[in-house]
Amino acid sequence: MFAVPAAVAVGFLAVPLVGLLGRTPWGSLGAELATPRVMEALRLSLVCSLGAVAVSVLLGVPLAFLLARVEFPGRNLVRALTTLPMVLPPVVGGVALLLAFGRRGVVGQWLDRALGITLPFTTAGAILAEAFVAMPFLVITTEAGLRAMDRRFEDAAATLGAGRWTTLRRVTLPLIAPSLGAGIALCWARALGEFGATITFAGNLPGVTQTMPLAVYLALETDLEAAIALSLVLLAISLAVLIALRDRWFPTA
Amino acid sequence: MPRSRIRLAAALAAMALVLAGCGGDEPSGGSAASPGELRVFAAASLTAAFGKLGERFTAANGGTKVTFNFAGSQALATQIRQGAPADVFASADTTNMDKVKDLVGTPQSFASNLLQIVVEKGNPKGVKGLDDLARSDLKVVLAAEEVPAGKYAKQVLDQAGVRVQPVSQEDNVKAVVTKVALGEADAGIVYVTDVTAGGDKLEGVDIPTEQNVVATYPMATVKASRNQDQAQAFVDLVRSAEGQGVLESFGFLPPPTS
Repeated sequence: MFAVPAAVAVGFLAVPLVGLLGRTPWGSLGAELATPRVMEALRLSLVCSLGAVAVSVLLGVPLAFLLARVEFPGRNLVRALTTLPMVLPPVVGGVALLLAFGRRGVVGQWLDRALGITLPFTTAGAILAEAFVAMPFLVITTEAGLRAMDRRFEDAAATLGAGRWTTLRRVTLPLIAPSLGAGIALCWARALGEFGATITFAGNLPGVTQTMPLAVYLALETDLEAAIALSLVLLAISLAVLIALRDRWFPTA
Repeated sequence: MPRSRIRLAAALAAMALVLAGCGGDEPSGGSAASPGELRVFAAASLTAAFGKLGERFTAANGGTKVTFNFAGSQALATQIRQGAPADVFASADTTNMDKVKDLVGTPQSFASNLLQIVVEKGNPKGVKGLDDLARSDLKVVLAAEEVPAGKYAKQVLDQAGVRVQPVSQEDNVKAVVTKVALGEADAGIVYVTDVTAGGDKLEGVDIPTEQNVVATYPMATVKASRNQDQAQAFVDLVRSAEGQGVLESFGFLPPPTS
């Protein structure tokens, strides 16, 4: 009864991947991937996505703790705000970032005048754009993990004389490690694939802001084979993340 | 809010988005619009001028609607090659028209354009010419080299012997205009017509004729179009005295006479 729609669903998801693999220029794949432009895009993608993960961890984990542990007025609003970048169209996110952190932006113009820092057209800008869209994944997953963990372990640690920092380090973090790990993996995958916000806010310059998705987009217009080769790399990375996370795709609360 | 309510809300929202995306599409059967409709793929720099010509065409052809796809000519050529439904293709250079020469009828030139440096109104950074673009305190944005505007810009800069380090290479010429208009970039190289279309936010700095490059715009009907008559009628309108007048009013030059 649900076999037919389910089969269609599987087909719908599988056909594009089959199409990609079918059109891959396997013979020249090595040559396509070894070009400086591709290597540059790959390097930049890794740097920016890992940078975005670092920003997300530094800012997102404390936020997750706040949302999970502290009852404060407006908590639901903050949680909604955290989830917003997940549903916002990425290019809209890019526009919003420009209006906030661009040279004439609300915060950006102060950064420019007071500190001489501009974010658009820089690698830091690309990291910011990716962090904006990817951080929610980390926060949501970590918060769920925090809610699900048994707090009695923390209480037990306290009664045994452990300070707050020791408890965090040796009890809490290890207990939420699976959720945190899943969150980091999702965050990284999302940051790696980010396109709309990056091209709108950070621009497109090989070696500075042209990450893999941007390189694919531009290659698509002139060199289809290079675009397919690049797409294959991103597909392989996405598959690797999925396989690594297979048991904990959606952490149960 | 209970979790089940959140899930329901999310599912409804997702469905609403999908349905909203479905509504309003015309049926796309094969390679052309229905007889009352024409699809024109045109270079981004033609946005304003062709928009106006589209209106004139509709008025003169019994209400035939013209829908435009404006993008970098290199993107349009790729789309046409991959089978996108177009009736007419207007490119900003002959290179991209050549890419699809087996898929289109005989191309005919219909306009020319010159390049100009675009800056913000008031020219706050005091850009006077091509040489200034090499200044390290200027953020210059160019179109990517695959884009006709980017290719022409590179020609102009190479000929003048100026080495520019752009901060971004945009996908089409209008994106260059946007970055300058937003104040993110200090200068860019675009077509003369883009500066005019940019309104009072922008100002142009001329590139002397001897350093400039003339962009030739060819146009052709697409062979796979099922609307050949209307397609040809549109091409004829653009090349007619009326069409040329409209193009001129937006700053385009007549096509080369050879």
